[in-house]
Amino acid sequence: MNARAELPLHAPGTQVDKGYIGQSVPRPNAKRLLQGRGAFVDDLRFPRLAHVVFFRSPHAHAKVKKLDLTKAARQPGVIACFDGRAVAEYCTPWVAVLGHLKGIKSAAQYAIAIERACWQGEAVAAIVAETREQGEDALAHVVAEWEELPVVTDMEDALSNRYVIHPDLGDNVCFKRELDTGGVDDVFAKADVVVEETYLFGRHTGVCLEPRAILADYNAAEHSLTVYHSTQAPNMMQDIFSRHLGIPEANVRVICKDVGGSYGIKVHVYADEMATAAISVMLRRPVKFIADRLESFLTDIHAREHKATVRLACTRSGEILAFDLDDLTAIGPYSVYPRTSGIEGNQVVNLTGGPYKHQKYRAKMHVVFTNKNLTCQYRAVGHPIAVALTEGIVDLAAAKIGMDPAEFRRRNLIADDAYPYTFPSGIKFEKLSHHKCLDRLLALIDYKGLRAEQAELRKTGVQRGIGLAAMIEVTNPSPAFYGVGGARISAQDGATLRLEPTGMVTVLCSVTEQGQGTEGIFAQIAASALGVTMDKVRVITGDTAVTPYGGGTWASRGAGIGGEAVLQAGRALRSNILDIAAVVLEMDKAELDIVNNEIVNRLSLESKLALAELGRIAYFRPDTLPVKFQAELTVTRHYTPREYGFTFTNGIQASYVEVDPDTGFVKLLKHWCVEDCGTLINPMLVDEQIRGGVVQGIGAALFEECVYDDAGQLLNGTLADYLVPMSGEMPDIVVAHVETPTKQSQLGAKGAGEAGTAGAPGAVMNAINDALVPFGARVTAQPFTPERILKALNKV
Amino acid sequence: MEATIQTTITVNGAAVTRAVPARQHLIDFLRETLGLNGSHVGCEHGVCGACTIRVDGEIVRGCLILAVQAHGRKVDTIEGLSDSGEIADLQECFHQHNALQCGFCTPGMLLAAHDLMRTKPRATREEIREYMAGNYCRCTGYHAIVDAIEEALARRGQVARARAGAKT
Repeated sequence: MNARAELPLHAPGTQVDKGYIGQSVPRPNAKRLLQGRGAFVDDLRFPRLAHVVFFRSPHAHAKVKKLDLTKAARQPGVIACFDGRAVAEYCTPWVAVLGHLKGIKSAAQYAIAIERACWQGEAVAAIVAETREQGEDALAHVVAEWEELPVVTDMEDALSNRYVIHPDLGDNVCFKRELDTGGVDDVFAKADVVVEETYLFGRHTGVCLEPRAILADYNAAEHSLTVYHSTQAPNMMQDIFSRHLGIPEANVRVICKDVGGSYGIKVHVYADEMATAAISVMLRRPVKFIADRLESFLTDIHAREHKATVRLACTRSGEILAFDLDDLTAIGPYSVYPRTSGIEGNQVVNLTGGPYKHQKYRAKMHVVFTNKNLTCQYRAVGHPIAVALTEGIVDLAAAKIGMDPAEFRRRNLIADDAYPYTFPSGIKFEKLSHHKCLDRLLALIDYKGLRAEQAELRKTGVQRGIGLAAMIEVTNPSPAFYGVGGARISAQDGATLRLEPTGMVTVLCSVTEQGQGTEGIFAQIAASALGVTMDKVRVITGDTAVTPYGGGTWASRGAGIGGEAVLQAGRALRSNILDIAAVVLEMDKAELDIVNNEIVNRLSLESKLALAELGRIAYFRPDTLPVKFQAELTVTRHYTPREYGFTFTNGIQASYVEVDPDTGFVKLLKHWCVEDCGTLINPMLVDEQIRGGVVQGIGAALFEECVYDDAGQLLNGTLADYLVPMSGEMPDIVVAHVETPTKQSQLGAKGAGEAGTAGAPGAVMNAINDALVPFGARVTAQPFTPERILKALNKV
Repeated sequence: MEATIQTTITVNGAAVTRAVPARQHLIDFLRETLGLNGSHVGCEHGVCGACTIRVDGEIVRGCLILAVQAHGRKVDTIEGLSDSGEIADLQECFHQHNALQCGFCTPGMLLAAHDLMRTKPRATREEIREYMAGNYCRCTGYHAIVDAIEEALARRGQVARARAGAKT
């Protein structure tokens, strides 16, 4: 019988012409998670495992006058206590700068602070005990005396250099950037219309439900270190453990099993995690650190905290002429290693005004040090800032000339046939689809109908608003992101595919999985490229001793880069399999194909040889093959995007809200996103990336903020006080797609993981402000809490 | 030495007796002492719902109850509910809708959803959102979770109607 693949052989709109591409296949690896049979770091059990807890500074900025650990060391179950000096003997400090961020500077950061703590929560001592409870009990017996130092918490205060946090650096400016196309002042002077507004973005954080987790196991006999780590970038961490702990890289193995959420939070080097690894070396035994939720709020990287003033010049007929930006952002006392904390501000400069076709652009941006927790790259890095201030000022301009905001965007979005296109900030777009996305969105939301409903309800005192936010998104970064700046962060990824003797296929890939579904789409791609069914494919990721070398998962790169490596390896393996089949069957290779786990005659689809039989012959009876023929059933391929610095994607979001002018509460009625991530490998997984991202963006817009007082004390560092979106107040989110595959790869996939977070805050802000139009009020400071809305309405 | 109390709990149908530290939370007892790692610890202050388990048929937060308080009671965890097949339909709907990403919140989410299905078999979408508001998910944005529970409710409703039809 001729076995036929159950799924369509040709998926439309892609260069991948077979199998599972474009199918919403459920993720195979979700099954273990659904039964509670995953393996997160805290689930692992080791003999002689010691637990480390940290004594953290209660002050935002203070000198350690005295630190006495002797009493703590005598507590039941305590194995050892270490201060910063002791750990520094085993772990060298780091300074997080990048060569291509000209002038960026930071101070040396130690695994455990020595002499001085620069933010509330910075660790100054470690206690290692037989159980975590015993370690935590012993914390109460640490004797510390502090001399409080001046505290800098306000960004503008930091920029004024009233008090310099690191005197050796000369000032509080970590990084600054200026960009000017020229002619901006002239355009603004002559423009019909100029609008200006200042936007504030609260500091928030990722709140991964699985807190940061690391288990380091040093083997003194081999001078080797195995680290089980809840991380996004195992090879990056392997390199860093090696260099800072003085262990040859080949002796460091980083294993990344299930990761309970990451969103960028787990792609950074954390001092307490480096200390944990060092302590494993010092004690020659496995040591585990699991951050508790309170530590997470104090030490997981925060993000955003920007104050940006933006001006827009346009003609009376609605043509945008220029953008002028001044952005200020604060990052805490250190730039975060190794990606630096200069990237978010840098992205705001790159991306502001990004969807539009104006030619004049000027930007000024400062990144300053403060005595709060560190900030660094969190999902959509810089995009939520750039999109919100671009789309906020665009709405303001449209209102000023009395033009519908959708029409104003239509007139200014870069035309769909204008590519390749260079934006005034210097970034290059291969091919975007702003107008297709706008048209699709307006049809999807029935824009005219929605406006009519809004007008009708307004008469009855119901205040609803519609907000739009067009966006561009950085995905599939080339080495231009980090590598050129000297960071040992891989922009390439690799995939190894192996046909097993049983006809099963094993995929090993350097891109990691934190729930996005990367392993699932790799199985889809591998199965499609080879002509096997997905149940024949097993995917392994997250082990530096096993997988090819690569960057891991960040910057929406998993599908576009890792997926392409899997595709290329799959196509090469398919060719190798057909070589063997041609020899075994004594047929011409061109006559053969692989369909549904069998070698078939390409034209008649007649079954010729099962892959399991081919595997048996190749592995166990190669004596039956010609003497000079060697079967190669393991293939590795790598892929690096290089033609463009980034593979930009685009999209547009809409938010529909109802604002209660008496309470200031915002009810999210519905949210829509149309985006273009190129080839859709698994539409369901893409939709879920978008939806999850949108809700994190909504969190930023409405709820989430790490609130510090003037003394640098975090005021809401519990999950009861820091609000994250819950199911009750979230809307249904409708997602639709336009597919413009990138021509840089055979797969054509761009990234999708951050688009939701990039656009949602701007869309929600614009919707709220649209609802507030009858009151002549606007809000521009995120999160848009009831209090802030009532203040805008002059009600409190 | 820390004071311990001899405690007997029926966990997933089997009685276990251990000397339990008086201050130990039930979730830590399940995870650390019994190795039942399926229920997760997300906040340890009763907010996130990742440690949701079932005690005498009611869902509770494993971080807000002491192990000794479970003495003489029946505790069910994701492992037990999975092996018995009690929530197989719900798990299947979660899988089909991709109502999970990282999977850390998922065991707690499933226990809460199962409880919703028991107590509100005709819950609307709005009611599902309201009921599930005590379980945080940071990955999905909840939409797919609501879809999955909606479908599981519809399926159980069909099964119940079919059974009722067969009886008459």
